[in-house]
Amino acid sequence: MGELNVDLCGITLDNPVIPASGTFGYGYEFAELYDINCLGTFSFKGTTKDPRFGNPTPRIAECEAGMINAVGLQNPGVEKVISEELPRLAKCFHKPVMANVSGFSVEDYAYTCEKLDAEPQVGWLEVNVSCPNVHGGGMSFGTSPEAAAQVTRAVKKVTTKPVIIKLSPNVTDIVAIAKACEAAGADGISLINTMLGMRIDLNRRKPVIANKMGGFSGPAIFPVAVRMVYQVSHAVKIPVVGMGGVSTARDVIEMMMAGATAVEVGAANLVDPFASQKIVEELPRVMEQYRIENLSDIIGIVE
Amino acid sequence: MQQGFFEITKNVALTADVYKMELAGDTSAITAPGQFVNIKLEGKFLRRPISVCDSTAGLLTIIYKVVGEGTAQMAKMTVGQRLDVLTGLGNGYDLTTAGDHPVLLGGGVGVPPLYMLAKQLIAAGKKVSVVLGFNKASEVFYAQEFAALGADVTVTTVDGTMGVKGFVTDALPADYTYFYTCGPEPMLKAVYRATNTSGQMSFEERMGCGFGACMGCSCKTITGFKRICKEGPVMRKEEILWES
Repeated sequence: MGELNVDLCGITLDNPVIPASGTFGYGYEFAELYDINCLGTFSFKGTTKDPRFGNPTPRIAECEAGMINAVGLQNPGVEKVISEELPRLAKCFHKPVMANVSGFSVEDYAYTCEKLDAEPQVGWLEVNVSCPNVHGGGMSFGTSPEAAAQVTRAVKKVTTKPVIIKLSPNVTDIVAIAKACEAAGADGISLINTMLGMRIDLNRRKPVIANKMGGFSGPAIFPVAVRMVYQVSHAVKIPVVGMGGVSTARDVIEMMMAGATAVEVGAANLVDPFASQKIVEELPRVMEQYRIENLSDIIGIVE
Repeated sequence: MQQGFFEITKNVALTADVYKMELAGDTSAITAPGQFVNIKLEGKFLRRPISVCDSTAGLLTIIYKVVGEGTAQMAKMTVGQRLDVLTGLGNGYDLTTAGDHPVLLGGGVGVPPLYMLAKQLIAAGKKVSVVLGFNKASEVFYAQEFAALGADVTVTTVDGTMGVKGFVTDALPADYTYFYTCGPEPMLKAVYRATNTSGQMSFEERMGCGFGACMGCSCKTITGFKRICKEGPVMRKEEILWES
């Protein structure tokens, strides 16, 4: 059997499969169905300084081969995540976990990251500068190289663990933003967050989503994600975590050939709660099919 | 929650756009009336959440209304087809607070989950009154089935073409001890105002996953944020916070 492990910013993952933030909660719902320790790790629900309800409902719409969400970072706030969610998470998951952080100011990001950095189970901080569903924050930090670099510097100053900046595809030049984050000290880049999308209810003649627009994810965006992972990973030296429409082990391998060191699985978890587990199980067979002995050998193999 | 494959054993129209489907499979994860199942359909990305009308060992009954492409696809399905179904979703109704004479108030496709509830309440020795509200006579379904369980059934129609003319709130019995309801939100609000006892109400919302992972269907309550798919769909009257 081939080698599945990969090194992500100095921490070894047993395999590169990582359920993406916002599609896996804090792991409990999935731990009821299977042993989630089979995963490389997972990125827990995006955490902000203060508790948030998020946007009004409806905040979900279906699309061809995908979905739109406008949840808007619902979470109990960093204090409760640390006091209530992480102890529960520790009972069902025994590996380093990825803490996903969002904010509305540079200070917010630094505050939340500093708190989570001190938690022993947190292995990486994934800093989301790309949420399309909040106003005056989130994505606005990820659409200019300067702002993304500013968040990166502020977070790096107060943390000791690897900092991975999660980027938005809703930009004209994602490579420039990734390079700015790298120059500001980022240890890794993850991409892509959802693409801004919209659906209209023909009967009501109104948007399906109360917030009008939301983040489009699912298999439909996979080719865009592969392209951006390829572009960014070939322009920076730090590792890239690829995501966007990944639903099979073949997708994981394609993403890695494009340049991803590890791969996040998002919307697929919501329609098949076993999706991430199935991908981990399928990987050895698919590796054999493509004559891959060591998964880390194929990272960025496409020139 | 459990994932399993179910085989369609029946799929028949009850009215012009309401269908009843019976599915054979493992129903052991369904633990309370008022829970729902989430059905994967060929070519559709998100599953379709549908309330459980009845569940016995090995047989699941759902009743659904054709409202879009997904349910239209379901209406065309034939006996023998297999479906990927997540079962045992949501909290369901709590029967322990019913008292001696609960009233069950259902509106349109909010009627089905009350069937299994009525069955269990009657089995527990309660006197059960059921008020089923529809727009007009041609939309009425399941009144006889509730009566066959031994419930005292009243039908209301908005246009008066069957039963009491008006809404379910126009046909509340005099001496009920508790209420259970499921229906469109304007009806739930009317029931909230018209009832003089405590009760439980089942809500619906567009869902992503249906099992608590995506936070797509959250709502605010007096006791905090709740996921309609996980801590709901049934809420107690006392915790409901109407937003509009």
